[in-house]
Amino acid sequence: MTEEFAYKSLTELRKLLDDKSVSSVELTQYFLSRIKSLDKDLNSFITVAEKEALEQAKIADDFISSPGENPFLCGIPYAAKDMFLTKGIRTTAASKILDQYIPPYDATIISKLKNEKAVLLGKTNQDQFAHGSSGESSAYGFTLNPWDKTRMPAGSSSGSGASVAAGFSPYALGTDTGGSIRGPAAICGVTGYKPTYGRNSRYGVISMASSMDTQGFLCLSVEDAAHITEYISGQDEKDATTGPVEVPKYHKNLSADLKGIKIGVPKEYFMEGMEPEVEQRVREAIKQIEDLGAEIIEVSLPNTHYGQMVYAIICPSEVSSNLAKYDGIRFGHTTKEAKDLMEVYTKSRAEGFGDEAKRRIMTGTYVLSAGYYDAYYKRAQKIRRLLVNEFAEVFKQVDVLLTPTQPNVAPKSGIAQNDPIFAYIADRLVVNANLAGLPAISVPCGFARPTDGDTPSMDGLPVGLQIIGPQWGEQKIFNVGYAYQQVTEWHKKHPEVSSGQ
Amino acid sequence: MKEYPKSTEYCAVIGFEIHVELATKSKMFSPAPNNPDEKTPNTNIDEIVTAQPGTLPVANKEAIRLAAMVGLALNCKIDEWSKFDRKHYFYPDLPKGYQISQYDQPISRDGYLDIVVSDTLSASSDSASPPEGEKNKVLRSMRIGITRAHLEEDAGKNVHPEGLPYSLVDYNRAGCALLEIVTEPEIESGEEAKIFLTELRNIIRYLGASDCDMEKGTMRCEPNISVRKPGETTLPKYKVEVKNINSFKFAEAAINYEIARQTEILKDGGIPKQVTMGWNEKDNCTVEQRSKEEANDYRYFPEPDLPILQFTKEYLNKLRAEMPELPAQKRGRFKEEYNLPDADVENLLNWKELTFYFEEVISEIDEWIEQESNGNNNHNNNDNSSGTPRRAELDRNLLIKLASNWCLQDFSAALNAKLINPADATITPENFAELLKLIQQGKISGSAAKQVFKVMFEKGGEPLSIVNDLGLTQVSDESAIAAALDKVIAANEKAVADYKAGQQKSFGFLVGMAMKELKGKGNPQVINELLKKKLTP
Repeated sequence: MTEEFAYKSLTELRKLLDDKSVSSVELTQYFLSRIKSLDKDLNSFITVAEKEALEQAKIADDFISSPGENPFLCGIPYAAKDMFLTKGIRTTAASKILDQYIPPYDATIISKLKNEKAVLLGKTNQDQFAHGSSGESSAYGFTLNPWDKTRMPAGSSSGSGASVAAGFSPYALGTDTGGSIRGPAAICGVTGYKPTYGRNSRYGVISMASSMDTQGFLCLSVEDAAHITEYISGQDEKDATTGPVEVPKYHKNLSADLKGIKIGVPKEYFMEGMEPEVEQRVREAIKQIEDLGAEIIEVSLPNTHYGQMVYAIICPSEVSSNLAKYDGIRFGHTTKEAKDLMEVYTKSRAEGFGDEAKRRIMTGTYVLSAGYYDAYYKRAQKIRRLLVNEFAEVFKQVDVLLTPTQPNVAPKSGIAQNDPIFAYIADRLVVNANLAGLPAISVPCGFARPTDGDTPSMDGLPVGLQIIGPQWGEQKIFNVGYAYQQVTEWHKKHPEVSSGQ
Repeated sequence: MKEYPKSTEYCAVIGFEIHVELATKSKMFSPAPNNPDEKTPNTNIDEIVTAQPGTLPVANKEAIRLAAMVGLALNCKIDEWSKFDRKHYFYPDLPKGYQISQYDQPISRDGYLDIVVSDTLSASSDSASPPEGEKNKVLRSMRIGITRAHLEEDAGKNVHPEGLPYSLVDYNRAGCALLEIVTEPEIESGEEAKIFLTELRNIIRYLGASDCDMEKGTMRCEPNISVRKPGETTLPKYKVEVKNINSFKFAEAAINYEIARQTEILKDGGIPKQVTMGWNEKDNCTVEQRSKEEANDYRYFPEPDLPILQFTKEYLNKLRAEMPELPAQKRGRFKEEYNLPDADVENLLNWKELTFYFEEVISEIDEWIEQESNGNNNHNNNDNSSGTPRRAELDRNLLIKLASNWCLQDFSAALNAKLINPADATITPENFAELLKLIQQGKISGSAAKQVFKVMFEKGGEPLSIVNDLGLTQVSDESAIAAALDKVIAANEKAVADYKAGQQKSFGFLVGMAMKELKGKGNPQVINELLKKKLTP
């Protein structure tokens, strides 16, 4: 299969479209056929919206052929995690409870991209309701890692990670409540961006844990990320938690000059049990960034380890509440077995939700119940406040923080599905940015050999470097990531994707 | 229904939970329209109301403003910040599986509402039942504590089609802005409850915060009732909530019924069950609805989709400046400025728009009085010393009372029949006042005035020209009346003789004949007066 358009930067694709070297329909057909031939075993898409994509591409082509400047993303295909509501296109959250759900409206981000005349290829696989860090709680099967099909792509934005890594789409929207964009970005060797909470709209994105849910994307470079961020960000009158903060020209403002930039390296993020080569790659990346002129300062965030525990309380609390609407009454799966109203609820939900959703509903319901609320939820919120303050303090000293994104490379496929604790461990380096609402990106920083004894034939598996910024500090993390990608090639390494069986 | 005897051995403790649907254009957390009159099910809905995946609430600013206004009017504290919480339970009319409400930081708290109740004192306490006339009404002011008033969203309505094996849900009402007002248990009788509810309703209506229609359900009140021995200060260990009350009259009746029912149980040595009762308006009694008091665990937690509400001093000051005249102020002013009987004032106060209209009529009247007193400086408006009932001049007090009567009677009835507000009436305050002037000046009779009013209400127009068109001008001209009387006296010698012999009845007959002679348009006062003169030697 030709890789003519796969892995091309957005700038390159823009130029090809503007030059009429390729039409949006051709470009769309190219990615659709690449998905068709290569995604069978990767399983990164739940729904490929071929018809709608070609219609959208036609609209883009008409626009391109008319005089005037074209919007930057016009005619360029993308994919969206199945958490984003897409009017008229099935949206499942990878759960049987929404198996046949056709949304009556578009998520704000989807409609912003529609206005830009971007082309939606389809909806990517994920952990069910984004509950997980492996993609393995999906009701539509695992997604495999394009670098090694015996391994997971990480999650919960598993399909978006695999899709970008496999060259199925130049970028793919994801959601990140506790690392669900950065995890797959690191494990799949792509760039992943999680915004400041409130930077863009949650409207029309299926809620996981409302106070931490953010929407971002996985893409091929920080430069592309700066572009996309400009088009999906901004206050939305339909989401009261979006902030009245102007959207800067992130791409135009990109600067690779790191002189005078102070970078904190929090020692607590290099924790026990990290794979040694992973730590090595991250340390090398930090050194390289220092060599670019940044000042590296070791800092301490002593409450870091509480993050996971706080997350383990707040996340299921909000999940248990957000999933109450899936009651079999107005939309989604309704049981055929109910004898009375109570059975409509119990059976519809029992049949529709996966195990992890049920676990979180039970945990959250328990934690919020009278007598336990103060001991768990309220206390967790207090510690969360400490974490927020701790970050705010450290950002008085430094511009950004550098940490590993994941303590390991891609784990073997299948190990998460029977291990409810897996996600909590995988998330430990990423959840705190969600608890504090901070922007972060993960950029590829090399390859490391796994320590599970099964060494793949290649040099190793991708490792991610996490850059965390202060609230609204997207430009800072983009600049550091951009500077790093100017002098490294890791983000240009792509797996050999074969068609499998 | 069972009749329970009245008892003075126990007294009642009553607190209210009152839900008021705010008169906002859109719903509490969505742009879907709020229209309590919508009849077609599931019309006022959108993706937010039906809780489609991905939807988020955005708080309605107007609802917050109205809630804060009500809080201020109820003398509540409004904290610098407030927040929304989620209250969880499963029911088909609750689309999200939780209701967005306010748990521990309501918009307003710790207020009060002063009401005036009239106590009936018997002449002597030992007499069992004094005759009606000996009862003395004593006015007493009462302060009812307002525990809190918080914002939340309404639920939809479950519909159970008769004979069908399924239920339906109508989400038109779901998500409408609701203000829940909770009072302290400081009300002690059905009558007090009715007065409290009326005053509260009027305040909310004056603020334009809701139309508070009990029948339509835009105001719903649930009393919690228990009884205890007089002098006891602790609250009884049980309380009975009554639902399904759709008028103040029923609220009063239901409370009185419950007080009697509970008293009877206590007198028999029992303790009333903690239950929810429903008011049965057909049989005038309360009926147990639910006795199983499940301790519902609503798992409240702060609504993460909505930022904290902040109330700055500037904002609250702005609201205070926008505060319209409230019923209590208007009551004081009406009594002082218009000298009306209490009952008139209360009845007028119950219709905000009518008080506006009434005052417009009064200002027309005052304008004339001023003009007239400028023209006739020496005239004394209240000069009755001559003994003559005829006064060409305008009597302000009389006109005001006339205005009040006409506003409360014919005008109210006509407006209610058309279901319109005074401001929408065809009859202008100026013409309304003109009509009153004609009545007071004796230019038309009372029955003629009613005919003229009817025409004015239907078509508008100047009363004088309508009087002329209908030929209703009252004959007050003494010479015309004297001529008619002369005719009548001449033609009815017997009656004249009977009257002179002391038969009062004959006077009335002669007046009637004179009126007939004058085709019903004679001024009865003038006829009476002249006839008396003519028959007195």
